[in-house]
This record gives sequence, C-alpha cells and structure tokens, in this order.
Amino acid sequence: MTATITPASTAAAGSAARIGASERHSRTRLLPKSVWWIVSACLAVLFLYPIWVMVSHVSFDDIVRLSDASRGLSIVQSIGNSVFVSVTATAVALVASTLAGYAFAKLPFRGSKAAFFVILVTFMVPFQAVITPLYIVLRDIGLQNNLIGVALVLATFNLPLGTFLMRNSFAAIPSSLEEAAQIDGASAFSAMWRVMLPVAVPGLVSTTLLSFFAAWNDFFAALILITDQKLYTLPVSIGILSTDSQFGVNFGLMQTGVTVTVIPCVVIYLVLQRYYVAGLLGGALK
Amino acid sequence: MTALQQITPPPRVKHGRITQRRGVLGLLLSLPAFALLGLFFIWPFIRTIYMSLNDWPLLGTPEFIGFGNYVKAFGDDQFIRAVGFTFFYTIVITPILIILAFGLAFLVRKGTRAHRFFQTVYFLPVVIGLASGSYIWMFMWQSDIGPTTQLLGSWGLVDPQKNYFADFWTAFAIVLGMVTWKVVGLQMLLVLSGIQGIPDEVNEAARIDGATGWQSFWYITVPLLRPTLALVLVFSVAGSLLAFDQFYIMTTGGPAGSTLTAVYEIYRNGFVKFDVGYASALSILLMLVLGVVSAGQMLLLRNSDNA
Repeated sequence: MTATITPASTAAAGSAARIGASERHSRTRLLPKSVWWIVSACLAVLFLYPIWVMVSHVSFDDIVRLSDASRGLSIVQSIGNSVFVSVTATAVALVASTLAGYAFAKLPFRGSKAAFFVILVTFMVPFQAVITPLYIVLRDIGLQNNLIGVALVLATFNLPLGTFLMRNSFAAIPSSLEEAAQIDGASAFSAMWRVMLPVAVPGLVSTTLLSFFAAWNDFFAALILITDQKLYTLPVSIGILSTDSQFGVNFGLMQTGVTVTVIPCVVIYLVLQRYYVAGLLGGALK
Repeated sequence: MTALQQITPPPRVKHGRITQRRGVLGLLLSLPAFALLGLFFIWPFIRTIYMSLNDWPLLGTPEFIGFGNYVKAFGDDQFIRAVGFTFFYTIVITPILIILAFGLAFLVRKGTRAHRFFQTVYFLPVVIGLASGSYIWMFMWQSDIGPTTQLLGSWGLVDPQKNYFADFWTAFAIVLGMVTWKVVGLQMLLVLSGIQGIPDEVNEAARIDGATGWQSFWYITVPLLRPTLALVLVFSVAGSLLAFDQFYIMTTGGPAGSTLTAVYEIYRNGFVKFDVGYASALSILLMLVLGVVSAGQMLLLRNSDNA
C-alpha cells in the first residue's frame, strides 16, 4: 500500500468521514465536491453540444421545404416509411420473442435447450455478414425493395435479444402463479395470456424499446434492401433530402431532418429510461 | 401439482401426457421465432457459404469456381487495405472508449440525484442513431460554415477554412470523436452495473483497515471489475470491426479510399460492383475474423480469472 496520497484525496477522506453519517451508502470520496461538479458539468456541456448544434439549426422554412413533395422526395413520406418499418418490426419481434421466450421458460420441449442455444448463437453473428445473400433471398420471395421485407429482416435480427429478455422475464415469475390459474381451470395458453403476461410487462417494455430503437435508427439494412428512394427510411433519406439542386448539400435541411429523426428517440428514452436501461443491461450481461 | 412445472427430473410415469402436451404447445409457440430465423438468418447464412464458392454476378448466371473468390481476396490490395484500416480503427478507439467509460462511470457512480442526472446526460447520445450522429458531426466540422470550426476558429484554435474531411488524420479524428460521443454512454452503463455488483462490505472493510479512497479504488474496485472490462472490450471490438455507417456518411471512404472499412468493401463489391459471390467470400472471412477475435477475448478473460 504505497499509493501516493495527494492533498485532494486526504481532503476527500476527511470530508467523507464527516458526511459518512448522513450518506450511509456512499463510499469514500475520490474528488472534492466542487471539482466533481465542475468536471461533471463540463462533460455534460460536451455531450449536449452536438445536440444543441442540431436543434439550433432547425428552421420552419426548412420543415416546409422538406415536406414539399414537388422536389421529388418529401420527408413526410420518409417519416411514414420509418414509422411503418419500426412499428411492424417491433410488433413482429415482440410477438415472436414473447411466445418463444415463454416456451423456453415454462414449456420445455424435446430439444428446446439446443434450440435456445441456436438463438443465442445467432445473437453473436452480425447481420452485416449475411446481408448479401439476404438481398437475394428477399428478391426470390418478392420482398426486396419492400418495406415489409426490411421490417421482417430487422425483426429477425432483434429476435435473439428479445427472446432472451422475455425468457428471463418469464423464468423469474414463480410457477405457482401459473399453477394457481390452471387449478382454476385455465389452459396453459390462457394462463400465459391472462396471468403471466401482465406480470412480465417490464420485460415486454424493454423488448419493445430495444426493437424500436434498433429499427428506427437502422441505416445499413434500409440502404441495401431498398432501391427506390421513395421507400427509404429517415436515416437513409436525409442524405438525399438535404441535397439542394443549387448548392449541393444544404446543412440547414440536413439538421432539420436529423432533428425529426432524433427527437422521438430522445423523448421515448427520457420517459421510459428505466426499462430501456434494464433491457440493455439484461441483454449485455447474459 | 407441484411436479407440473419442475420438469427436472421429469416425473414421466405420472405426468407423462401432460408434460408432452405442454411440450407440444412450447414447440408451437416457438415456431414463429424459428420461421423468421430460418428464413432471414439461417438460410441466407448457408447461402453465403455456397455463394462464396461461385462467380456470382447480381444479374447473371452463377458459375462454380471453388475457392477462387478467397484466393482473389488475399491478392486484393483494396480489401487488404480496408482490413488493415478496420483493425487500426479498432485498436485506436477501443482504449479511448474503455478509459473514458471507466472515468465517467466512477465520476457518476452513486445513486444520488446529481449522479443520476449526469448519467442520463452522458447516456443520451446512445439513443441517437449512428447515422444521425454522423450527419450532425459532419455539419459541425464543415469548413467555414460548420458551427464547431467557426467557434474554435474564433478562439484561434483551428483554421476555419480548412477542409477537415480531405485529410486522413483530421477526418479520422472527427469520426473517433463522433463514435466516442455516441457510444461511451453505453460502455459507462456497463461499467456502472459492474461497480454495483461489488458488495459494499468489501470497501467498508478496506476503509476500516485504513485504506484511503484512492487505495480502495485502485486495489479493490479495479481488480474486481475485470469481468466488466472484458465485457466492455468485447462490445467495443465487435462494434468497431463492423464499422460502416459513420464512414459511409462522413468520409464516403475518403480521402482516396483511406477510410474504407471491411464492411464498406463488402458493400462496394456486392452492391456497387454487383459481384455478390466475391462479397459473400469477404463476409465469410469477416465472420471468421470476428469468431477468432471473440474466442481470443474469451480465452484471455478465462486465463486472467484463474491467475
């Protein structure tokens, strides 16, 4: 134990001892309070600065110009595409992963452990790696350059995480709850629907949020699987929407378009932060 | 009744039929998930392997050429350069992310109101898409009209007339800044959950033994966070090896193709040059590299745990 003791840390240790009684759970302080405030606040300014740059360059004129369909592409159309793809992808991922998660947690079948393992493995393989044949598979079944195709692909790639989260949510519910429902005459399926699902709501919300954010912010799948620019989702169409015939890229248009893309995510995050964070951690920590 | 759910060990004699019926229901419920995975993941995955063995133009007839595409890849200077750049990018950004993530996590590790507020602020960019972040930072650093170049230029720190995307190092630095800003909050969150996993008693005991704040931090908390470090490492490395959006939008691979990444090369070969057979071979190589890297990291983690 030969660490050099800086004046700051001795002062910190002293103040920690004084505060110790009131802040029962706090550990020994590493920084004096004023330094902590200055550092944290400066960092907060750095983190918020790009968002401020974005918002401060939004103008009403640009919103009008972005919505003008006579320029060839209107942001209203892209918003519609984004909403459709994100909602469809989220709904499909949510239904499929809830059903599968319940099966893995409460209704094991022969080979279900192996099946769950397969799902976890697909979790590890990035979808950038199968994008080329995916394009051809979608072309073969008539879903290339189609919003439903993109939505199903995005749903599939959110499925492993969703199934994992839902399995954990259901597994955490004591089986006695389901048994009680079945003694009262409910079938296994209605026990799941009426008794288990309402208890698993936090898991459902986490899965919904993660799928929605992934689909809403996706750039790569839409760029490759969509060839008609009228069908582009927001992240891809902003590049085209902000191109001005006279001056090349118009950054005012671009920042307005980006703001439209970003605001829903920020609002949803601030409102449902707890579930989003829980889902992320649940997925990352296996 | 109690045995119904406790399938292990399965009371087959007594409840065999019920268990079986429940099993059939389980199979049915997991079918939609497997239909999706089969159609949009496993089938394309198998096709990737097959296509990589063919000369396969997007609009034309494929021709079997064995390992021809792989041989081509190892002689493809553009691809090798892209792989080299991808590794370079990964090696540079990973320590930046890890150090900052640990720094931020320790700064705001407590459950007080102020700490939680700053956690929220630092995490905020994570919910913004990589594409949106790229558009913002591209604007920030434009010559003459970019708000950041103007601001730093007015303080005399940078030359506001310079085109920062025409020079490899400045373009690279801007991308590093954007990705750090956008991703570090997530890494911070992972570290925070690691810190919360350390029992309070350990630090309490150290304090009673007379350890200062920095001592208990350095000799207790940091060693106990080794699994968290491994997790953050895996996330950062896997994400960086797959980098595409930020380079596609901010640098379009330039200047002079110096910021093309491996995924970018797959995209260019498959969907710009329409050589999907070759793109599939590159995908397989990328998957192999990712597999080796993650396996290596797992091994490192296991060894360090035994030590």
